Amino acid sequence: MTTLQRKEVNPIAHLTPEDIEQIGRELDAIRDEVLAVRGEKDAKYIRRMITIQRRVELGSRALLLFSLFPPAWILGTAGLSISKILENMEIGHNILHGQYDFMRDPKIHSTTWEWDSASPAEQWKHSHNELHHKYTNVVGRDNDLGYGIMRVDEQQKWVPAHLGQPLYNFINACFFEYGIAAYDLELGRNLKTKKRRSNPAFRANLRAVGRKIRRQVLKDYVVHPALAIPVGFLMGNPLGAFLGTFAANAVASLVRNLWSHSVIMCGHFPKGVETFERTSITGETRGEWYLRQMLGSANISGSKLMHVMTGNLSHQIEHHLFPDLPASRYAEIAPKVRALFEKYELNYVSGPLVVQVASAWAKVFRLALPNRKPAKAIDHSIPPRHPAEQPAAV
Amino acid sequence: MTSPARTRRLGHVAVTRTLRDGAWRVVELITTPVVPADYLDVIAPLRNPTVLRARIEAVRRETANAVTLELRPGRNWQPHQPGQYVRLGVDVDGVRLWRAYSVSSAAGRKDGRFTVTVNAVKDGVVSGYLLKHARRGMIVTLDLPAGDFVLPASPPPKALFVTAGSGITPVMGMLRSTLPSLQDVIVVHSARTPSDVVFGAELRSLAEAGRIRLIERHTGADGRLKPDELASLVPDLFERETWACGPGEMLDDLTSHWTDAGAADRLHVERFRPTVLVAGDGGTVTFERTGTTAEATGGTTILDAGEAAGQLMPSGCRMGICYKCVLPMREGIVRDVRDGTITTATEVDGDKVLIQTCISAAAGPCRFDA
Repeated sequence: MTTLQRKEVNPIAHLTPEDIEQIGRELDAIRDEVLAVRGEKDAKYIRRMITIQRRVELGSRALLLFSLFPPAWILGTAGLSISKILENMEIGHNILHGQYDFMRDPKIHSTTWEWDSASPAEQWKHSHNELHHKYTNVVGRDNDLGYGIMRVDEQQKWVPAHLGQPLYNFINACFFEYGIAAYDLELGRNLKTKKRRSNPAFRANLRAVGRKIRRQVLKDYVVHPALAIPVGFLMGNPLGAFLGTFAANAVASLVRNLWSHSVIMCGHFPKGVETFERTSITGETRGEWYLRQMLGSANISGSKLMHVMTGNLSHQIEHHLFPDLPASRYAEIAPKVRALFEKYELNYVSGPLVVQVASAWAKVFRLALPNRKPAKAIDHSIPPRHPAEQPAAV
Repeated sequence: MTSPARTRRLGHVAVTRTLRDGAWRVVELITTPVVPADYLDVIAPLRNPTVLRARIEAVRRETANAVTLELRPGRNWQPHQPGQYVRLGVDVDGVRLWRAYSVSSAAGRKDGRFTVTVNAVKDGVVSGYLLKHARRGMIVTLDLPAGDFVLPASPPPKALFVTAGSGITPVMGMLRSTLPSLQDVIVVHSARTPSDVVFGAELRSLAEAGRIRLIERHTGADGRLKPDELASLVPDLFERETWACGPGEMLDDLTSHWTDAGAADRLHVERFRPTVLVAGDGGTVTFERTGTTAEATGGTTILDAGEAAGQLMPSGCRMGICYKCVLPMREGIVRDVRDGTITTATEVDGDKVLIQTCISAAAGPCRFDA
């Protein structure tokens, strides 16, 4: 992965501006096809997912009242892990993208939904929906590139602190939901100066995160473990029951964090994914925006279950093209999108989870060290776009 | 001054309340980040105290074009007064659409149920859907009964009901509830043909039993009823307390007739306003809270139009992907500038239709709650 304008081989050199606008029109046509059939099936799907998730969660929580009994602990922990993954990925992420706003059900709506994460929905929607999805893979604008803690592009300056980034990445994976909350707060930037630290908007966001984390922690590590105590009394070990349920919640959160971190790393980090110069999006057209999403995302191949458990982020390319279409439709349109990549000789990056995760980790390790070759100079064969920076055309 | 006993009792109440609030807070922690009712929905959707729902218990066909739904309302329902309407939220092809329907059953049923009678209107999305797809067991969302088209506490000695088409529905609710206490009742009802008369059999048998005087008008053969004709059919027209419900034109005619006679206070009308919004190009955009208005062309987004007029607007990506700019549209019609999709909001929707202002352009007048 290198910034597009400094690549030795420019992957879009063969496309004319007309080609790029045509790609945009063809993608709009795919979008229209989905909109034409979007309806009851999608509403039923998300309602069913919510029902399944809540039943699995209620069942697992009930089992964990008997956490002293090892089979109950194992089943309950597994169930809670699955329910937490479903809640974050297929339900929370997608509802917060507005994918189901069309239903006009105030209960299942991007403006009212709150999810099981340290990050308050409002803040996440800002950093994810607004910044990441608009400025996908633009170095210096899309903080998802390395989450502000890692060097993920050859063009980024190397400093000795980067030697530790495999460790940072692992710690971030374990505590991913807290990492995301810190990321949404732009902690690194906002804690730097006293002026930024005392900015009222930042302080309000900080308080909101604090409230959310307090409730989340009380729920998983105090209230639910405490509910197991009465059963523990009957079995002669109340403390054991508390600790058993406590551990089950911790393990389920860890599993969810590791899983979502892996899936999300596969979205933009694997080999073959492009990044873009800050200046390259100036005056970007709709076709160019689409093209950037195509080149900046990577898919995970796998079974239907795999797609559900990743919240269909396994179809990251389709998701980035159409972030507000119901995620369960991505599998349907993926062949059409892929055909479009082939038609225009573009690289549709996709691979099995293990391969993609390994590829992303390999990059984390590689870029912990300084580059072997010095960076290329800017390729001036790509003409700069319009001088005035304008919002992307709609 | 408060007596010691009362203080003790108040103290007791306060302690109980504190304990109950505390217990409830723990329950809320168990289910955070959602509320306990969200889990209850998985098991018992009618028990949710924050979302009023009803289950359809029976579906009865009235005419080729009308169907009566018997509804069992969920928790927090309040009984209706005869003549009132309820708003029903029905999921049509996955989208919740709201419509108002008059309650057609008698008030105060022991089983707590009530009925609405839905008349299919031409191109009516919701009425057409209910006529075809309403089934026993279906859940609909609803709102509390509303409307002041009701009978007074002391019934008038002489009553007249003038209705047309589905306008009979609220009147049927009144007749079924209060007929025993009404002495002299005339019902003038217009429908296209005899078989189009909703509740025809029941009305005719009431007439045969001498409980009401029924004047049926079949507009397919005899044309529309004029107020002058009404005067000849009902000689003591202005001595009667009159309730009228039907198409706007009919009500306009009646209103001017009663006003001319100086009897406007004896006429009570209920207007069904079938809001027909036709997509055009551009329109006046009103932001109700600030009073800002903007003339927007069909090519300008609501966001741009609002900002240009000095309205403070929430905004984000400005390309339709982040959903940060959504505002509630109270009434109006907009077009998605990307794909041309039309979205409408009518008064019946309340302030519930959220519009992405960055990719929506006015396709007619629009009023926003902002």
